[in-house]
Amino acid sequence: MSKLLARYSPLLLLAVLWQLAWYFEMVSSTALPSLVDVASAWVDLLRSGELLRNAAASLYRGGAGFLLAVVVGGALGMIMAWWRPLNLMLSPLVEIFYPLPKTALIPVTVIWLGFGDASKILLIFLGCMLPVTIGAFNGSRSTEQVMVWSARSMGASRLRILRDVVLPSAMPELLNGIRTALALAFILLVTSELVVAREGLGNLIGYLGSNGSYEAMYSVVLTVAFLGFAADRIYQYFMRWILAWRDATTG
Amino acid sequence: MTEENAQIVVHGVSQVYRPPAGREVLALSDVSLEVQGREFIALLGPSGCGKSTLLYLIGGFLPTQQGSIRVDGKPVSGPGPDRGIVFQDFALFPWKTVRANVLYGLERMDLSRHERERRAQSFIDMVGLGGFEDSYPSQLSGGMKQRAAIARTLAIDPTILLMDEPFGALDSQTRRLMQSELLSIWQRTPKTVIFVTHDVQEAVFLAGRVAVMSARPGCIKAIVETQFDKADPHLLKSPDFVNKVDEIWNLVRDEAIVAQTARHP
Ligand SMILES: Nc1ncnc2c1ncn2[C@@H]1O[C@H](COP(=O)(O)OP(=O)(O)OP(=O)(O)O)[C@@H](O)[C@H]1O
Ligand SMILES: [Mg+2]
Repeated sequence: MSKLLARYSPLLLLAVLWQLAWYFEMVSSTALPSLVDVASAWVDLLRSGELLRNAAASLYRGGAGFLLAVVVGGALGMIMAWWRPLNLMLSPLVEIFYPLPKTALIPVTVIWLGFGDASKILLIFLGCMLPVTIGAFNGSRSTEQVMVWSARSMGASRLRILRDVVLPSAMPELLNGIRTALALAFILLVTSELVVAREGLGNLIGYLGSNGSYEAMYSVVLTVAFLGFAADRIYQYFMRWILAWRDATTG
Repeated sequence: MTEENAQIVVHGVSQVYRPPAGREVLALSDVSLEVQGREFIALLGPSGCGKSTLLYLIGGFLPTQQGSIRVDGKPVSGPGPDRGIVFQDFALFPWKTVRANVLYGLERMDLSRHERERRAQSFIDMVGLGGFEDSYPSQLSGGMKQRAAIARTLAIDPTILLMDEPFGALDSQTRRLMQSELLSIWQRTPKTVIFVTHDVQEAVFLAGRVAVMSARPGCIKAIVETQFDKADPHLLKSPDFVNKVDEIWNLVRDEAIVAQTARHP
């Protein structure tokens, strides 16, 4: 517990500085409202159900797009590594689209699918897929030949080898790709909701901001920051658990 | 020995490695070898002469480029559980525990779950890894990994055992124990063993014939009969045995010198 406290003490310091800056009016209070007011605005938002309703909408879009990206991107990367023709066909596409800022696709997905959930899910799916694909591809390619041979000599079929040897070999890189995708999902989610949406946390931030409710706006911004942090933390635990075999050391 | 009754027939096999970058390597040149069913043959030769390559070809992991390889009369077209292999660098699955590694091959055999587990355990015990069933390979020493790999291959009870320096990472005591375990398995169950080693004494002790390979590009330079009474406790000191080791050692040394000068001309 004290270790935890020590680790996040800079955060605490930042909060104190914030409050001091507000107290001594070093910046205008609209730019930086009191943290206490932000907290009470947060409680109000929670009580009214506003926060949960919007969070649920965001979670659904973000979760669906992200999961779709993990499944499709992961499978695609593995098959690309396994089957050369697909690799030759798709690698140029991956190379071209990888550096494209995915936020540029927001208007495109809106034109295709409208203002609702579908356009956001598609955006997040497209934006998150490539890091997963690349992770799965590079990871699969790192599979040791002799492992595959070993499995084959013990009677494993090709499909089984894909599952039992290639997937676990690819796992470290794949999981790193998914971690990147997770961060991207948050960025794309909030940005797209900020630009065009009727609900969602990003939309709530935009709405509260244009309404002049800065305390409430800050409270939602901080909520999003915390959710992103928590998601990454949980993901790291998950990653460590899956890769326990790798980090296992004697004693 | 005629072709009809040999279980493994390697005929005029040459093998070239063509790495995507770098120059081609002729690893094997016109190798011919016949191995009888239930025979225990050892393969000796300087480092880089193609011993592993020959095992990979017989195992069906590499396609035969030139010449032919037949096992039980049929051309080898791929790996199969009839030919178990212990790889030089173990090739354990690092994401599986020792037990799961040993169980892996057993899972595709027609055995009850109970029988599979019993069998896995008995081979883990045999190689002296009892107590390490739940360890991951990264938690094992080199010698322990090697023993786990041996247990995994022996557990599926292949009729042909391809072993690539299987005791190379073991200390001399463990090595002795494993040698006698292997011999007793070979005597109990019908098995053909091709055993790669750098240890001449080990080769003469274990095998009925020793094939000495030339420096790269490898071919079979000599085949020496090494039939001894393995039950004799003083075998390793008997003059016949010592002379045989000497004779083969001289053959191997000549090739090692050739290999050495090829590297530093
Ligand atoms: N994948 C590969 N690509 C290119 N060359 C290779 C490859 N594998 C082996 N070789 C070359 O083929 C030759 C034979 O290799 P091999 O591994 O069969 O030798 P070996 O007799 O098993 O040696 P050691 O006793 O050191 O294990 C070596 O000179 C090596 O450089
Ligand atoms: Mg070798």
